[in-house]
Amino acid sequence: MIEIRWHGRGGQGAKTASLLLADAAFNTGKYIQGFPEYGPERMGAPITAYNRISDEVIRIHSNIYEPDYVVVVDDSLIDTVDVTQGLKEQGAIIINTSKKISEIAKSLKNYKGKIYTIDASKISKECLKANYPNTAMLAAIVRITNIMTKDELLNNMIESFKHKFARKPEVIEPNMQAVTRGYDEIVGGK
Amino acid sequence: MAIRERLSGNEAVATAMKQINPDTVAAYPITPSTEIPQYFSNFVSNGTVTTEFIPVESEHSAMSACIGAAAAGGRVMSATSSQGLALMFEMLYIASGMRIPLTLICGNRALSAPLNIHNDHSDAMGVRDAGFIQLYCENNQEAYDNTIMAVKITELTKIPVMVCFDGFITSHSVENITLMENEEVKNFVGEYKPTEYLLDEKRNISMGPLALQKDYYKFRVDLANAMRNSKDIILKVSKEFEKITGRNYGLYEKYMMDDAEYGIIVLNSTAGTVKDTVDNLRKKGIKAGVLKLRTFRPLPFEELPKELTNLKALAIMDKCDSVNGYSAPLFSEITSAMYTASLNVPTVNYIYGLGGSDVKSTDIEEVFENLQNIAKNKKIDNVTYYLGLD
Repeated sequence: MIEIRWHGRGGQGAKTASLLLADAAFNTGKYIQGFPEYGPERMGAPITAYNRISDEVIRIHSNIYEPDYVVVVDDSLIDTVDVTQGLKEQGAIIINTSKKISEIAKSLKNYKGKIYTIDASKISKECLKANYPNTAMLAAIVRITNIMTKDELLNNMIESFKHKFARKPEVIEPNMQAVTRGYDEIVGGK
Repeated sequence: MAIRERLSGNEAVATAMKQINPDTVAAYPITPSTEIPQYFSNFVSNGTVTTEFIPVESEHSAMSACIGAAAAGGRVMSATSSQGLALMFEMLYIASGMRIPLTLICGNRALSAPLNIHNDHSDAMGVRDAGFIQLYCENNQEAYDNTIMAVKITELTKIPVMVCFDGFITSHSVENITLMENEEVKNFVGEYKPTEYLLDEKRNISMGPLALQKDYYKFRVDLANAMRNSKDIILKVSKEFEKITGRNYGLYEKYMMDDAEYGIIVLNSTAGTVKDTVDNLRKKGIKAGVLKLRTFRPLPFEELPKELTNLKALAIMDKCDSVNGYSAPLFSEITSAMYTASLNVPTVNYIYGLGGSDVKSTDIEEVFENLQNIAKNKKIDNVTYYLGLD
């Protein structure tokens, strides 16, 4: 079983991204859980969401305390939230940021696992002309966790975008570009 | 053919309601079950169902409208949580006292104050003496299945049924689920043919009239007997359901209980976490087991003690508190059933997860550790614990 914890800010789509990831994994035949931790919901407030992905039935119903992977949708959270708390050493953290990995590593004191970065906000602004980093982040976490191949991801996403954007077909292609670039442009992992 | 899907608990229940296509749904929105009437009103406006949807101005009115529609002869459903259920309190007794068949979905949530939107069982436990059958659900699959079975159970028993599942943990968590085909659900619930109803033009009847002293007394004893007899009907409906779906439901589910030395009794989503913990402990040679109650009403008071005879120690877990200075409802009632069955197993009460406080595997390990100590020392220092508060 793979356990993933998402950190984002209210309004950035971390919850949606966790549900999209659950969807994509479901479509490749997995058992999934996707659930947000609801608090006082306000735009900009830190929020947490979770995924479990497994080949077997998932019975546990608690939050995730020792995730295999952590996804940080907003790098300003690193200073206020202990994003690596409980993160397994053989796991990895992936952060949406324009900063260099060496710079990020300094902020993540005591963390010895792998660090990946992706400038998902830049990708989003270039592809979608707006800051919706979750699509590129989703592709990045799929690549790192290896829960499906790139082709499976792309096939999955185009189907879900066709459904989601049935009335705005012109945004499907830019979203697919964001997915592809999210998958391709990850750095780090050493 | 079964349909592989992934849905949240609220989506699952709304889907079941869509497939049931009841005559009337009257509801007032309240977190965390708001999405149920929300999704359902979409089905109504899209014409997917032919239900009369009544968007009332309060839960008291929701239950009143449900009672009226059911008394008139309709198949009726509603959904609520927490304060909404509390506001229905008066009308719940009227529904059961009038032997009105209806299905009430309860997304379990804590009661104020302090204000809290998260899960515990204070709401459903607060109406435990209201004369409703209460079915509890571990996950979205059970919420879906029990919603479908509830319709048959309420119509055959003439006792209103509550389907309880954990707010947020189940209502808002997306998980895999196996759905039935529309036709399968339609055939399973069948066409509702009430035997006595107000809109029967061939027969004039009165419902809910004055019944003083002994007449009232007899009505109440009838209700108590009906509740006792409902066990057989619940089991019969569950058997029929199993024939179609392959999914087996009893009055409770045992997991690794037959040779267990240390047992936990628990409701709803925490049962899944306990099962995982039991597996881990079994790998270490510790004979742990769990019994998950499906029907708290009716209470399987004859069956439960028989399942507990091999235990060296038992923990009964309550996600609510009776605030009686001693213990909580599950503990009080099950230990009472054990006492009258002359079963003396050292038993403690764990109150846990109030206001949605998360329950981890390590919390459950702590419970089993305490049970091992109790068995070893052959004495109980303390009966009531508050899990996860140090």
